Amino acid sequence: MSEGDPVAIIAAHGDLAAGFVSAVQQITGRGDLFLPMTNTGLGAADIERAILELVDGRRIGVIFTDLPAGSCTIAARCVQAARPHVVLVTGASLPLLLDFMSHEELAPAEAAAHAVDRAVRSITAVSGAKRGH
Amino acid sequence: MPSIERCARSPRCRGRSVAIELFRIDDRLIHGQVVVGWGQPLNLGFIALVDDEVAGSEWEQELYRMGVPPEMDVYFATPDDASRQLEAWQADQRPGVLLTGDIDTMRRLIELSPSITAVNLGGIHHRAGRTLKLRYVYLSPQEEEALRALERKGVAVSAQDVPSARAVPLEDVLRGEADR
Repeated sequence: MSEGDPVAIIAAHGDLAAGFVSAVQQITGRGDLFLPMTNTGLGAADIERAILELVDGRRIGVIFTDLPAGSCTIAARCVQAARPHVVLVTGASLPLLLDFMSHEELAPAEAAAHAVDRAVRSITAVSGAKRGH
Repeated sequence: MPSIERCARSPRCRGRSVAIELFRIDDRLIHGQVVVGWGQPLNLGFIALVDDEVAGSEWEQELYRMGVPPEMDVYFATPDDASRQLEAWQADQRPGVLLTGDIDTMRRLIELSPSITAVNLGGIHHRAGRTLKLRYVYLSPQEEEALRALERKGVAVSAQDVPSARAVPLEDVLRGEADR
């Protein structure tokens, strides 16, 4: 993952993808690894076309989306049918993206699988407890 | 949390048929607004996706089933099949949504099933020949006329992308001023 070369697309609702990139940039300074894309105002065919253009034009091998049933995921699955080398990861989160980008030694599919495992384990529910003395 | 009464808590959803809650035209078909935005407050039990292309493609059906929660059924049908199934769907105890991807498919279904009295415009996005009416509704002159024809038949047409938004009547949609 050399500087300036994006390796993945983040396609999501509203401004979420741009927010993820902003957060990755703030934490690691490597927001440039991700290309943000929004589905706002786009029909299904337009979303698919936009993702495909990024995949082909920027030689992208990984797509992160937010909702498993969302229009970005549906579009990414259609892109995958035409470009089977592409790896799709749904349920994007900051721990997922940070882990993915920190494993540049791995192939994209392996890095994605590692990141999914890490992200799942990063979800916790913490109950409140009185502070002891 | 939105101030929408969850269907599971609603007396009208307990122990009797609730029929199809929404007949929606949405060119994204099954997506976040439908599954989560409407699905959670309505406590949706099923989605009927009426589309010629999807009804003929197992791959596309699997695609649309993929992200839907396991407790939610998805039925795929052509307008002809849907008109035959509609009575059974309406008798289902669970709330449901019927989706088409375009106005013409909904028009064809309504011609076969006059019991449909209300249509929701959920997302008709930009394409050549269409002009902006709402931020999520773009229409060509032919589509405007098709919607007017539905209203002349007694079908109430309104636009509403998510449950917490105001339902915009067709006349206001066509004036294109509801967002301004």
